[in-house]
Amino acid sequence: MTGKNAQNCNTNYLRYVRALDPPTKHFKNCLSAFGVGGLICTIGQFLRYMLGFAGLSGDELAGAVSVILIFFGCLLTGLGVYDRIGRHAGAGSIVPITGFANSVASPALEFRTEGYIYGTAAKMFTVAGAIIVYGVFSGVIVGIIYYFI
Amino acid sequence: MPTEEIIEILLMYLKAFAVGGAICVIAQIIINITSLTSGKILVFFMLAGVVLTALGLYQPLVEFAGAGATVPISGFGYLLANGAIKGAEKGFFYAVTGSLSAASAGVTAAVVFSLIMSLIFHSKTKRN
Repeated sequence: MTGKNAQNCNTNYLRYVRALDPPTKHFKNCLSAFGVGGLICTIGQFLRYMLGFAGLSGDELAGAVSVILIFFGCLLTGLGVYDRIGRHAGAGSIVPITGFANSVASPALEFRTEGYIYGTAAKMFTVAGAIIVYGVFSGVIVGIIYYFI
Repeated sequence: MPTEEIIEILLMYLKAFAVGGAICVIAQIIINITSLTSGKILVFFMLAGVVLTALGLYQPLVEFAGAGATVPISGFGYLLANGAIKGAEKGFFYAVTGSLSAASAGVTAAVVFSLIMSLIFHSKTKRN
């Protein structure tokens, strides 16, 4: 196979590969994201029930659940387990609040070599800083709008 | 415990799993299509939570799915917006400070635990 024929063959082959490859990969990614993300939320629901039995309610209950999940997110990041889960789960490990904890703990650990002030403390907010900045900003806008309505 | 209550609790777990999983699948689809980094996904989903809460659309989801709606990062946005909305009832000062006050538990936990972990553990990511 030479010249035009080979080129044709290649383009056909690439089209064939692209047609087959992405959907299967996407589907598998989505399935593991669904499983892991759902599981973390189910654990959160379990904690809600347990702490509800312990007598917590309302904002206190919601706060306690997220604090516990953030603790485990940080601990698993420290142990190096969370990144391994993340490699398979993708968004399933990013989107839950444990992913937020991971985004804080991971640079804190990684940049420890640059010292505790400019390393750990400053780099802690590389991702979380963006979330807090835009979260607080949009929260203030919502608050002001609701105040004047 | 009566069987009805047990069924209700199991159903709640199922709803939390399905809704939480579905939010993660939406994020995964966005990542697959646009290859956004995880930081941007977190910011966009948090903002989506704020906007949906402000429009009054997220509260029903929280009532329906419980932790399935509050555990994803959009639940963090819900917390921020909800704090601001509740604060707005008390006065202008609380309308402005309400969102960060509501999020203080999560932010404090993330900062304190991360600092403790960085004192105990070494980075594992580079070794793999």
